[in-house]
Amino acid sequence: MAKPDRSAKSTAAPASLEPGERDLLLECFRNMLRIRKVEEQLSKLFADGEIPGFIHLSIGQESVPVGVSRHLRTTDTVAVTHRGHGQALAKGIPLQTFFAEMMGKDTGICRGRAGSMHIADASIGMLGANGIVGGGISLATGSALALKLKGHGDVAVVYFGDGALAEGIFHECINLAALWSLPCLFVCENNGWGEFSKTERQFCGQLSQLAAAFGVDYRHANGLDVLDVTHTAEKLVASIRDTSKPAVLECNVERFHGHFEGDPQKYRNPDELAALAAKDPVLHARERLARAGVSSAELGAIETAIDTEIEHAVDFGRRAASPTFETARAAVYAS
Amino acid sequence: MEIRFGQAIGKALGDAMRADERVLLFGEDIGEAGGPFGVTRGLLKEFGGARVRDFPISEAALVGTALGAALSGYKPVAEIMFMDFCTLAMDALVNQAAKTHFMFGGQNQVPLVVRTPHGGGLNAGPQHSQCLEAWFAHVPGLIVVCPSTPADAYGLLRTAIDTPNPVIFVENKTLYAKKGEIAENPEPIPLGQARLVRAGTDVTVVTYGAAVFQAEIAAAEAAAEGVELEVIDLRSLQPWDETSVLNSLTKTHRLVVFHEAVEAFGVGAEIAARMADVGFDELDAPIVRVGAPFMPIPYSPALEKDYLPNAEQLLQAVRRVLL
Repeated sequence: MAKPDRSAKSTAAPASLEPGERDLLLECFRNMLRIRKVEEQLSKLFADGEIPGFIHLSIGQESVPVGVSRHLRTTDTVAVTHRGHGQALAKGIPLQTFFAEMMGKDTGICRGRAGSMHIADASIGMLGANGIVGGGISLATGSALALKLKGHGDVAVVYFGDGALAEGIFHECINLAALWSLPCLFVCENNGWGEFSKTERQFCGQLSQLAAAFGVDYRHANGLDVLDVTHTAEKLVASIRDTSKPAVLECNVERFHGHFEGDPQKYRNPDELAALAAKDPVLHARERLARAGVSSAELGAIETAIDTEIEHAVDFGRRAASPTFETARAAVYAS
Repeated sequence: MEIRFGQAIGKALGDAMRADERVLLFGEDIGEAGGPFGVTRGLLKEFGGARVRDFPISEAALVGTALGAALSGYKPVAEIMFMDFCTLAMDALVNQAAKTHFMFGGQNQVPLVVRTPHGGGLNAGPQHSQCLEAWFAHVPGLIVVCPSTPADAYGLLRTAIDTPNPVIFVENKTLYAKKGEIAENPEPIPLGQARLVRAGTDVTVVTYGAAVFQAEIAAAEAAAEGVELEVIDLRSLQPWDETSVLNSLTKTHRLVVFHEAVEAFGVGAEIAARMADVGFDELDAPIVRVGAPFMPIPYSPALEKDYLPNAEQLLQAVRRVLL
């Protein structure tokens, strides 16, 4: 049985870039670096006790939401995972209310009731992050049905990890999407881990073959190369808008951190962890840009601007008031 | 005019779809087949397959996609063919639909109705007969409704469809063919308000669903013995009409809670506990519950007949609280 071509990561990218590609890569790099730096800040705030609960970082996986979201409109909907900070940020969640939410504050985008695992911004089409593995798949499928009925050419996107492939809901929903030609993009961030266990110990199928079994268009992109992700996603999203037929995008990525922050990852081989730097999509993009003549001053300016933005957002979160129990207690039902 | 319970539900669905084009029907065999109990018959022809959608046998996806559509501007009414099959959709109901409004800080409304038949009486056995409404009444964020008459079914379903919260709408399957009066132009009925079925002075009987009719039989028999039962049909289980029950208890000072669902940890337990608290000073007798025994509902008619709570058991409970 064919396994995903994880060796694709080692393919050397060409040194030169067309001017248009250079600008595209620079923009993608900026967006990936922003996610990276936000999550590094979250990691620090968690370690310092400023963020409670469970947080799951997507460090190493930033290329996927950045490459996909470039092709999405505000009216396109997305369901994101528990490892979904990057997916939410790439869709456009505002950074200040994002940080305030992580800190459990009243000015958080979900008024401190959601936190990392359940964050949502309905105004940008988010169907929510989901604490349940595979929990967003049916929401996006139903949203795709709604978007098709509305007829504006919008698409629904659902992100999930390889861990969700063994959940029944994926199989129910890809059937529905194919059966009814729903404008839904199923995006699998395959990081090779389902929580604390290797994927090959959990799942013996192939997403490509599953898609084929339902007659759904399937494309693979190399998660190390954000340009590969964005070009592949561009074709799929355009095709979905045009035909209203679903598609599957699978990207191989690496999960740099543990399942959640604080997970010492004793189940991972130290050699594997040491080799991760060579599989970093942010570093990969930075090196390509440098080779293509982007100056370190320009790259440094991008980094500084992001640092400043994050600093302001963290400050906003820190200054915000905590929510009151009475307000939350009265908000169980919509009126 | 007189109309069957199932027809009243079909009429509510049709009227709601005519009134609001955002109302969609999702379910298994609801279109071509008209639903396993004929409730949705004719709706596919009038509204078409885009609004009356026949699903494959995928209950988890059925409720999950209904929620996704609700979050994207529609008002889906999903039918789960038997309440027992809700078990397959529990993530969508409990983790997703019930939490969405609260969890996302009030950004979303969730205009979602899940209709589902419960109850025994058809010898359908352990996996097609359960009354699981107490599970859902236990989940903050869900509304649970269980009508007993065609008029209530119509009025409550119209309200449920226009409610911005997820509603579990429970229909006792033995009631579908039962006839009742309904107004020419029936009005929506507010959720959370009980219906006084029969006024009485001696014992309050709180009930809902098909058990209401057993309570009426018991009340007629009790009256023949000179005991007047006040029968209250809750209609809504979450929220339930605590005020009406307490007011009745204040008059009768005796309370029996009667339902078809398993008695242990059931809806009756909540009502009894609440009345033992806020109504303590009114009570002249222990509160007694009558529900199904703690066992799976059996198939054989010989067994099911003894399983289902009946008017005679209710009368025995009434005699106990009158001692």
